[in-house]
Amino acid sequence: MEPVFLFSQFFNGLVLGCIYVLLSLGLTVVFGTLGVVNFAHGALYMLGAYAAYTVATHLHLNFLACLILCPVIVAGIGMVLEKCLISKLYKLPHYYNLLLTFGIMFIIQDAIKIIFGPEGEPFNIPDLLQGAVNLGFMYYPKYRLFILVVTALLSGGLWLFIEKTRLGAIIRAGTDNAEMADALGTNISWTFTLIFGLGAGLSGLAGVLAAPIQNVQPAMGMDILVQTFVVVIIGGMGSIGGSILAGLVIGQILTFSIVFWPPGSTTLIYAFMALVLVTRPRGFFGRVSFFE
Amino acid sequence: MTLLQLENVHAAYDESQVLSGVSLEIAKGELVTLLGRNGAGKTTTLRTIMGLLPPRSGRISFNGQAINGLAPNRIAKLGVGYVPEERGIFPSLTVSENLMFPSWGRGETGWSLERIFHFFPRLHERASHKGSQLSGGEQQMLAIARILRAKMDLLLLDEPTEGLAPLLVETIGTILKEIKGSGLTVLLVEQNTRFACQIAERHNILYGGKIVHTCSNDEFMRDTEIQHKYLGV
Ligand SMILES: Nc1ncnc2c1ncn2[C@@H]1O[C@H](COP(=O)(O)OP(=O)(O)O)[C@@H](O)[C@H]1O
Ligand SMILES: [Mg+2]
Repeated sequence: MEPVFLFSQFFNGLVLGCIYVLLSLGLTVVFGTLGVVNFAHGALYMLGAYAAYTVATHLHLNFLACLILCPVIVAGIGMVLEKCLISKLYKLPHYYNLLLTFGIMFIIQDAIKIIFGPEGEPFNIPDLLQGAVNLGFMYYPKYRLFILVVTALLSGGLWLFIEKTRLGAIIRAGTDNAEMADALGTNISWTFTLIFGLGAGLSGLAGVLAAPIQNVQPAMGMDILVQTFVVVIIGGMGSIGGSILAGLVIGQILTFSIVFWPPGSTTLIYAFMALVLVTRPRGFFGRVSFFE
Repeated sequence: MTLLQLENVHAAYDESQVLSGVSLEIAKGELVTLLGRNGAGKTTTLRTIMGLLPPRSGRISFNGQAINGLAPNRIAKLGVGYVPEERGIFPSLTVSENLMFPSWGRGETGWSLERIFHFFPRLHERASHKGSQLSGGEQQMLAIARILRAKMDLLLLDEPTEGLAPLLVETIGTILKEIKGSGLTVLLVEQNTRFACQIAERHNILYGGKIVHTCSNDEFMRDTEIQHKYLGV
């Protein structure tokens, strides 16, 4: 097998990994702070893709506008969901969490089917990002490189935001001890709304970025949700660094298993998850085990 | 002038009633204690004042304003500072970040960072360490400093000497006297009666879900019967 082929597969794995990273970052931050496992996260991803389709096709705005506008829209939807529904979960037993977020997922999915139809919508790679770039040793599609760059910038930005800013410190404090943050004068319910909005926005952004390389269709969120959970669990629930590392690893495993052993491509990541959990029950960098 | 007043406050966790009619009054500038045996409900009283456990009935007023039923962050913004038994330091925030925490809430800041670091040199040395790396004594100092930074009017302090070495207990005592001198009102919960007698002016004794006795420090020190009956010392 040619090295160039392997390299391009490696890059494909990175790009796929990037989508997982963006999706799992939101999921893991929401879990770490609010203690909510959000099964509607994939539906928000799908909403991001449909928002991009709508903004590009019906409002005739360019891709850059999609990239900025759509995550904001999805974040707004997320914040409304948190204020009206998710926030009721904090005092309820865990199975309500499952029921409610699963329910939200189906409602969003069916609403999209009713509005746009079940068959999906075409979404082309924006003109500016079409074609390939010469990397010296191979040509690689511009748009895929673009996803790599955006994800790298965004992960770095998110890290800076959480570690270095005042709002980031509040988010960390809310994760450490929400009750104490409240007793020290922080309006913790708005902080939680903001965090859920942030998670939703990241998910929406992943949806916009994925729209040109995947099919924009109602089930796209459901399909990717399970893999995203695998990423979050392997990375360690609540850990940002863990999500980034695990997202990239899972991207590679999926891509290379499709190349070398297609029948095993769907099971291999679960085998890997089992292996990780047996040796490290809390995942790579998790503070608590998923099953604790 | 009364700063904090509790009238017939009832509080419970689900089914188990803990406070059944607590009445208590603290004047501005006082340093008073809340004493009682283990499990008497001292921590519960502080949590109820802070709004972390809303009272089932009764009235709590602060600076003349009813605060029962308000969210903890609203109560904090009115000037009530809380240092829980576990100190409540955020482990993933640095000492400096822990200190900036409540200061924006009230639009006015209390002690400057310079003053705090001058007063707590140990915190200065550890300014960039994470909360998780601090010793018990350092955590206690940071928890108190955090309230000073925010210019609160009332400090609810839950067993500050618990688990600290004698030398540190003495340091905490000095700090509290100094803080009192600067005008802050303190409601102190203590198991260490000897320590409480060294710094407090007045004691409230919690027993059976009520305040059964309140007296000056002198009276309390003379009355060994009270000490024996309600505190078991
Ligand atoms: N979270 C809780 N849930 C149920 N019961 C509690 C809880 N916290 C305290 N209690 C009970 O309330 C009573 C008073 O506790 P607490 O206020 O912590 O006492 P103290 O601080 O005086 O030692 C105890 O009997 C304790 O078991
Ligand atoms: Mg206690």
